Amino acid sequence: MRKVYSRIESIVGNVISVRAEGVRYGELAVVGSRYGDSLAEVIRLRGDEVSLQVYAGGRGISTGDEVRFTGNPMQVSFTDNLLGRVFDGSGKPRDNGPVLTEGLIEIGGPSVNPAKRIIPRNMIRTGIPMIDLFNTLVESQKLPIFSVSGEPYNPLLARIAMQAEVDIIILGGIGLKYDDYLFFKDTLEDGGALSRTIFFVHTASDPVVEALLVPDISLAVAEKFALKGKRVLVLLTDMTNFADAMKEIAITQEQVPSNRGYPGDLYSQLASRYEKAVDFEGAGSITILGVTTMPGDDVTHPVPDNTGYITEGQYYLRNGRIEPFGSLSRLKQLVNDTTRDDHRSIMDGMIKLYANYRESQEKKSMGFRMSEWDDKLLKYGELFERSMMDLSVNIPLEEALDLGWKILADCFGPEETGLKTDLIKQFWPREAVR
Amino acid sequence: MTTGKVLAINGNMVSVTVSGDVSMNEVGYIVLGEKRLKAEVIRIRGDQAELQVFEITRGISVGDPVEFTGELLAVELGPGLLTTIVDGLQNPLPELAERSGFFLERGLYLQALPRNKTWHFTPTVKAGDTVVRGDALGHVPEGIFEHWIMVPFGIFGSCTVVSVAPEGDYNVDHEIATVKDERGETHTLTMVFEWPVKRAIDAYEERLRPEVPMVTKVRIVDTFLPVARGGTYCIPGPFGAGKTVLQQITSRNADVDIVIIAACGERAGEVVETLREFPELTDPRTGKSLMERTVIICNTSSMPVAAREASVYTAVTIAEYYRQMGLNVLLLADSTSRWAQAMREMSGRLEEIPGEEAFPAYLESVIAAFYERAGLVRLRTGATGSVTIGGTVSPAGGNFEEPVTQATLKVVGAFHGLSRARSDARKYPAIDPMDSWSKYNGTVDRSMTEYARGVLFRGDEVGQMMKVVGEEGTAVEDYILYLKSDFLDAVYLQQNAFDKVDAAVGTERQRHVFDLLYQILGSHIRIESKEEARTFFYQMRQKFIDYNSAEWESEEFRKLEQELRELLGTVASGLERAAQEAYDNRGNYA
Repeated sequence: MRKVYSRIESIVGNVISVRAEGVRYGELAVVGSRYGDSLAEVIRLRGDEVSLQVYAGGRGISTGDEVRFTGNPMQVSFTDNLLGRVFDGSGKPRDNGPVLTEGLIEIGGPSVNPAKRIIPRNMIRTGIPMIDLFNTLVESQKLPIFSVSGEPYNPLLARIAMQAEVDIIILGGIGLKYDDYLFFKDTLEDGGALSRTIFFVHTASDPVVEALLVPDISLAVAEKFALKGKRVLVLLTDMTNFADAMKEIAITQEQVPSNRGYPGDLYSQLASRYEKAVDFEGAGSITILGVTTMPGDDVTHPVPDNTGYITEGQYYLRNGRIEPFGSLSRLKQLVNDTTRDDHRSIMDGMIKLYANYRESQEKKSMGFRMSEWDDKLLKYGELFERSMMDLSVNIPLEEALDLGWKILADCFGPEETGLKTDLIKQFWPREAVR
Repeated sequence: MTTGKVLAINGNMVSVTVSGDVSMNEVGYIVLGEKRLKAEVIRIRGDQAELQVFEITRGISVGDPVEFTGELLAVELGPGLLTTIVDGLQNPLPELAERSGFFLERGLYLQALPRNKTWHFTPTVKAGDTVVRGDALGHVPEGIFEHWIMVPFGIFGSCTVVSVAPEGDYNVDHEIATVKDERGETHTLTMVFEWPVKRAIDAYEERLRPEVPMVTKVRIVDTFLPVARGGTYCIPGPFGAGKTVLQQITSRNADVDIVIIAACGERAGEVVETLREFPELTDPRTGKSLMERTVIICNTSSMPVAAREASVYTAVTIAEYYRQMGLNVLLLADSTSRWAQAMREMSGRLEEIPGEEAFPAYLESVIAAFYERAGLVRLRTGATGSVTIGGTVSPAGGNFEEPVTQATLKVVGAFHGLSRARSDARKYPAIDPMDSWSKYNGTVDRSMTEYARGVLFRGDEVGQMMKVVGEEGTAVEDYILYLKSDFLDAVYLQQNAFDKVDAAVGTERQRHVFDLLYQILGSHIRIESKEEARTFFYQMRQKFIDYNSAEWESEEFRKLEQELRELLGTVASGLERAAQEAYDNRGNYA
């Protein structure tokens, strides 16, 4: 039996300190207060002074409360029983199911050896043309969705969760509104995807320290499933809340802030999470899609900025659509040459014309005279936005490509598209509907 | 040996009470059960030392024993370094993977150089000869190079060779010579020795001024923003602007003997591309695999931060080592911002007074000292060797007015600033031709490139003006100037990395093509209407792009050049005066 300490020396924010010996760095303790037990992690040792970060927060903790050290770092149970369940950031059930204690694994494990990584090669189909066709999601990719608050990023994630061709979905909610949490749960339940989903949800009303654990706990479980050969998709919403939680805690601990109050290791902290995305040779893979809300639509804000340096591209969500400009899947070139012959050409060709449409639109709004070509472009742009960019469009890649040809044929003559002649011969719709 | 006990732990910084002497930057091991975690001393106060641990510190407890080695953080130098893939502390990653599988196990350290391999040693000295540090005792073949086995740089003063091994096959640990130094001390030497990474190797005669360009086969660099062998340059740019791609291209095409890639705190995926592709690619100079001239030091963003700080030093030390053999070495560090951030993290834990954006106050001097390790040197044999350093910078928010970019700009010889506007417009390489600069001489005479840059600037001004007054309000002459600058950008500054021919353009071709381009830019163009002018330049552009993808000196190439000259001849009437003057004043570059 481990020793119990019943004298808390100091309580500052969420950090308490006790005098104890033989404690290990990173070890977990249980703090029993009159509002119930909470886990706490050792974050600093100096002589016999042990500082602990209390997951449930410092509120209501008394100097006379008991602290019991467990001798272990933070762990989470890993079994197939996790599927369909909902947990909070510290791994406690949020639904009415039993507490899981079997097969405990440590969270925040070591990094993958770069020499063991392989070049990604499989596409993940989502049924969303703006992703599948224009910025293909690739297995083992890490991609954020850059978005302003108020954009439908959570519905987008929920749709991807339901439609993505993967074995297991892990949804990590950080600072999620309770309504959004219920929305995810209901949507996945109705869509019948709950049985392959695991939730780790920290809501906005939960203690802020637990927010920090959500990515680690989600990714630790994902890693184990991937090693067992599963293709896992981890959805994290919203990583800006994660960074803000880190900022809040760093400031209360009197760390020197670097940029707009964020701690100096923001990049490393985000990177150690995103870099868990991997394709294990001979086993499964982890793909990460995160939401990064941009305060004030400012991509140079430290959180989207640091994220952009880490991830392999980004999706911009603006006006309820995935913007073709700015959005980029850096790995798409690795997979879109083997889908269908016309994939790359349609992808480039349609975007070039869409860029021309934007120019025409600008000209129009400035009152310049519209040429016949401008009118064609305007028609094309509207059609493209309505039947392709709208987030509710749900069609497989092949149909999306066909639709692309149809839109082109509706608006232009074959020679006006700038596409290669042999492709036009093969794919141009015979009966173009005008 | 000095020992100590853990007193306090805060993140990856551990305070230790020490019994005995301890030196700054000395390596110590924290003993954690069966594991020994490597750490470096970064501050000493009385009997208390602060160590940065190169591993995750979880599980360490107060009172755990610490063993000091008495040695500074060092790397192994010897034959077999080429083709290796190591982490920031020079642990070979493929061998680590064999031992511990997918994940990096902490506390597992392996020797960098292969021990089971034998090298064919040929001695070049005999017993009784006098040698000093850095002198060759003999050589072994390493790939295409003659790898010198040198007197370790740490043995000062002149030494007498007592014995030397006869020609034969040995492994690196085999004794190959004994020397006696000035104090009468005898040193037994093998093919491998260690050198502390944070000390520059200075076993050469003198440093020279870098003058010969290092050809990268990227037109905008070689012609307009050249880098000299032994010089330094930096590539700052926002995310997605193509810093890493530009470095990858350079690592393939650069006209140097050895390329050292330090992937410092960046994505693992990008290193994997290099790891998997380089063995497949052939080096056009040697016909061998590119990997044979490459060393990869890889400490990606999720690997421990302290080792990231060490990785750039490990890289530059290996670069300096090969320079001592009279080779030209290029070190590419991607990204130096992550290295600076690692320093910032440590400085925060040490509770130092922060400078701008919480970077430590010594940031500038540390960056300067790092870049100063580049250089062209003359060795005692009379041969020269060079280390060229190119570092990327990842400025927060893409804003160059930040401490790391500014500190770097102060010390480098060339600045290749990448612009988001250019990469968004898919103009690659996205180096901004207006803001960037270079202090080195390139493949083409400066007076001519200055004239071309002038066209670019004046054309850009016209372009800005046209946004306000519209095309109607612009004079034909100005409009032609605008088209000229646009033409220069499209056919020369931009380069298609996916085109077999255009991807890498040699010096001779660059000079030749630039000469033609110069004729076009410098000519009086007699066209009366803007419409005609536009058509003319679009025609020229299309042809010039085809010309760029035609094989050098092929029939196609000559034919297109002839057509371009003829097309130009229809509207041009000689060079403008300023262009002619610059042309006449050009230096004799041949």
